Amino acid sequence: MNPDFLSGARRAIPIILSAAPFGLLFGALAVDNGLSVFQAALMSASVYAGASQMVGIELFGDHAAAWVMAVSIFVVNLRHLLYSATTGRHFGSYSTLQKAAAFFFLIDPQFAETEREVEKKGGFSFAWYMGMGLTFYSIWLGFTLLGALFGKLLPDPKPWGIDFLLTIYFLGLVMSFRKRPFWLPVVIVSAAASVLAYKAVGSPWHVSLGALAGVVFAAAFGVERKADV
Amino acid sequence: MSDIYIAILGGAFLTYITRIGGHLILSRFENIHPRVEAALNAVPAAVLTTLVAPAALTQGWPETVALIAAALAAMRLPLLGMVALGWAMIVTLRTLAG
Repeated sequence: MNPDFLSGARRAIPIILSAAPFGLLFGALAVDNGLSVFQAALMSASVYAGASQMVGIELFGDHAAAWVMAVSIFVVNLRHLLYSATTGRHFGSYSTLQKAAAFFFLIDPQFAETEREVEKKGGFSFAWYMGMGLTFYSIWLGFTLLGALFGKLLPDPKPWGIDFLLTIYFLGLVMSFRKRPFWLPVVIVSAAASVLAYKAVGSPWHVSLGALAGVVFAAAFGVERKADV
Repeated sequence: MSDIYIAILGGAFLTYITRIGGHLILSRFENIHPRVEAALNAVPAAVLTTLVAPAALTQGWPETVALIAAALAAMRLPLLGMVALGWAMIVTLRTLAG
């Protein structure tokens, strides 16, 4: 097998294992909210974005209209527009079909690890990207199925800190970008805006609103001044 | 087709639009303005921070302390070492907090 593919897959494994409990939780909650096992799996396979899936099944449990569910999923996933614009810059050599496939797999950790790879090595191959993407995808789908089938047997994850693993991992990623220009101001602005939005509007809107604040702030004040010749 | 399938597949379609849309918009421009470049370089830190900050400040003192310790550890340790340390901290501190 292509060594790049394997190296991407290896990169994915520890990360997806910290996300796996959320796959289990999603599967369990989906069935709890009235979805069939097949529908829960279909959602993980086609939407493939944890937080928005949670919002979707929440609304389904509340008997919301189909279009309300679809639009809410869309709004929660608006941050992917930023990922797409950012990471698309590194897909330059891919064919149209490869790009179309690569963008489907561009979830939070895929985006973050890809940017980390660019930081470390200046770029990545399609095989590496897909090795990581397909590993994330199959494990997310597998754990959704497990949760949907056996959700009632799940223990409380809180005493074991499982619910907190992904947060620690995301913090580690934030720190790994600390050498980028204007990093600290962006972190401070996004943190403040997301906490405000979390209190004022609630989850999961704090993600898009907080991120937007940091990105707009960087556009306004973060342009590196070129030294005069 | 029943409503739930419209909701799931509609949500999936719209999600795919968000994943490809940013690139489609950006690729219409020949040159990327420095402001856009600065904005895009800020995306990882901006988005990931929003996934951490509310948890750090609103869940309770064990979460706050564990995340501060993990952030300091990240200056020295590789990512996985830092996650392991943060994990050990949160389990210990939650036990202490009862």
